[in-house]
Amino acid sequence: MDYVDLPMVWAFLLAIAVFMYVLLDGFDLGVGILFPFAESDGDRDIMMNSVAPVWDGNETWLILGGGGLFAAFPKAYAALMPAVYMPIGFMLIALIFRGVAFEFRFKASGSGRRIWDQAFHWGSVVATFAQGLVLGALVQGINLEQGRFAGGMFDWLTPFAFVTGCALVWGYTLLGACWLVIKTEGRLQAWARRAGLVAVAVTLLMMAVVSFWVPALDAAAADRWGLRYPEIDWSTLLPLTPVPVLVGLVAWQLVRSLRNESTYSPYLWTVALFMLGYVGLLIGIFPYLVPYDLSIHEAAAAPNSQGLLLVGALVMLPVILAYTAYVYWIFRGKVTADAGYH
Amino acid sequence: MTDFLDMVLLARLQFAFVVSFHIIFPAFTIGLASYLAMLEGLHLKTGREIYMDLYRFWVKIFAVSFGMGVVSGLVMSYQFGTNWSLFSEKTGNILGPLLGYEVLTAFFLEASFLGIMLFGRKKVGPVLHFASTCIVAFGTLISAFWILAANSWMQTPAGYEIRDGIFFATDWLEVIFNPSFPYRFVHMVLAAYLTTSTVVASVAALHLLRNTKPAHAMVMFKMAMGFLVVVVPLQILAGHEHGANVYEHQPIKLAAMEGHWETWNGNAPLLLFGMPNQEKQENDYAVEIPKVGSWIVTGSFDGTIRGLKEWPASEHPPVAIVFWSFRIMVGIGMLMLFIGYVGAFLLWRTDITRHTLFLRLCFMSGPAGFLAVITGWITAEVGRQPYTVYGLLRTVDSVSPVTASAVGTSLIVFVFVYSIVFTAGSYYLFKLAWAGPSEGEGRPPHKPKLATWMAPDEGDVAAAEVRS
Repeated sequence: MDYVDLPMVWAFLLAIAVFMYVLLDGFDLGVGILFPFAESDGDRDIMMNSVAPVWDGNETWLILGGGGLFAAFPKAYAALMPAVYMPIGFMLIALIFRGVAFEFRFKASGSGRRIWDQAFHWGSVVATFAQGLVLGALVQGINLEQGRFAGGMFDWLTPFAFVTGCALVWGYTLLGACWLVIKTEGRLQAWARRAGLVAVAVTLLMMAVVSFWVPALDAAAADRWGLRYPEIDWSTLLPLTPVPVLVGLVAWQLVRSLRNESTYSPYLWTVALFMLGYVGLLIGIFPYLVPYDLSIHEAAAAPNSQGLLLVGALVMLPVILAYTAYVYWIFRGKVTADAGYH
Repeated sequence: MTDFLDMVLLARLQFAFVVSFHIIFPAFTIGLASYLAMLEGLHLKTGREIYMDLYRFWVKIFAVSFGMGVVSGLVMSYQFGTNWSLFSEKTGNILGPLLGYEVLTAFFLEASFLGIMLFGRKKVGPVLHFASTCIVAFGTLISAFWILAANSWMQTPAGYEIRDGIFFATDWLEVIFNPSFPYRFVHMVLAAYLTTSTVVASVAALHLLRNTKPAHAMVMFKMAMGFLVVVVPLQILAGHEHGANVYEHQPIKLAAMEGHWETWNGNAPLLLFGMPNQEKQENDYAVEIPKVGSWIVTGSFDGTIRGLKEWPASEHPPVAIVFWSFRIMVGIGMLMLFIGYVGAFLLWRTDITRHTLFLRLCFMSGPAGFLAVITGWITAEVGRQPYTVYGLLRTVDSVSPVTASAVGTSLIVFVFVYSIVFTAGSYYLFKLAWAGPSEGEGRPPHKPKLATWMAPDEGDVAAAEVRS
């Protein structure tokens, strides 16, 4: 396999795994964020049942992200994890509370149930916010010396990371609202459309703030976008204008689809919006895996390790996608209040 | 320096804590998934509703346990990076692909078909549903395969070379099927099955004692006893073979398990009791059977057992922990043997419901399997110290460049969170077990209506009506 650029293939596969995670677990975390704002307990039952059969599979993409990074880029994994020690800790603890809430909530009654409702909501909010913090820490750059983490335990705690944290909370809220448009009907669906409209507005605002902030963080990123404040290099920036134009078009279609009676379009347009934002971020940090020190090739595992796992990934990923699609197909259609088990 | 040693100790404590908490759930769900597949298969074959009632009952318990296993397992997949980043960097080439294969071949499979298993009954029909249960059960075994291959490689590394302190694989088949892997895999899977059968026996005994659902309880009890009768002897054999493998490949660990400080060229005694004293390098208050030790470990009275003193003290694991956790595990194995055979005899010759003392013992032994699994793993993992990769990579060279206070704080938070979640989980599991199986749950209801757990509080219904 000498003629295959294995590290690049793996970077691409990991990028896809992370994106799959965001699209899939994003909506069930978003449903958790929206949870307490629903109008009745009956609505909350429906919301939870709409994600109960699939959340576990969705979260597995996160394990693939972590495990894949460890397997394909052990140096990047070893450099990154100590740097985001605390946000990862917050995320894991939040995911614990949220994960068990699915089972415990239906086993509890009265006040016990209220507690697990809160656990589901706050677990979703904190897990999402912490993922946003990790994203922020990554984009603002991690302090390495000789490929190992050399910064402090609180390096991630910056205004920029706070903004990316908030941005992700609103982004997942949007995904959650669009998921509910697909899975519900009547009053709850109308409510989800309204929630989606609010979320689109704030998400776009957040995307704009982050986009203008990134060039201020790092000289390389500034040159890449032609925004070396206060100077603007129009010859670099102008060819990139299709990106914000596309974002605007997609956002317009998304708002339209939320306002008319479309069922699936809002979710699909949101996917397009996320993809544009994601590609923008990747352009900003390429070719680094741990910005702005450790590159994809420097961090790569031994070729025979990456090769072995690539064979598995090429065989298994299509199979995984096929049975994931099958499971979603089994649970297609609107969710009703009695859709739970037993 | 003290800060560094504190950090290493705290990181070890944290790993020990989160992994011990985690292993409880897979140890139970590996066995329970197979038990569920068996119940559903029996229902399909015989058409007897009692099997479906039992399936319905145990699947609720499975769902709670599996959920707790998933979230505690997620923590594990990030522990390597957060607290053990140098270990990850050095062994990533070898362990990474093994864990990657676990995710690709097992985790997605389990997580996806679990959805159908729990929520898809009305949507896919009985045969496909049975297939989903079997797939989940198979997934748990694949998962055990990869994770035990990874762990076994850390115990008995093979198929590797080291360049600049980094491990590289030279032969993947040797890496995966390293010398201790086949033994560990069989021993652990049987342990998981035994853990499940002691829990099933315990719940069955509870309902036989309370005389609630006696027919259901009797089916469970018979299945559990039958299983123990067959599998405990197999497990003793597997454990013995595993021990012989430790003797061959990890002699220091074996010496610690047996509590031998001196080398015996034959006629080594078998220590029943003692307090290994790490500083004086001898056992206080030793109670031993002469000569049997060599025979049990090597199969011959002339067999040599090397003592800990053959290696410098810096190579010794904490002997007392290994020595005692091993004895607790073996003791529980003997308890299971006793319960299985006495239970089978009582079922065969008498009316089991009259033997309340024995049923109480069965009920109390519910956690026995978990305790055996945890003490077994303590023997294996503490016995590997002071190394993470046996003989090659020291634990002190494996930790992350993070501070003791960060590890200590996160440890406290994990302990706090796990105690809340574990207490709540145990409470709900116990509530489910206490309620027991109910008849006819599996049959479609005549009139579709909200199940009780699903019904909103009356106040909310009223409020919703007012709003709409």
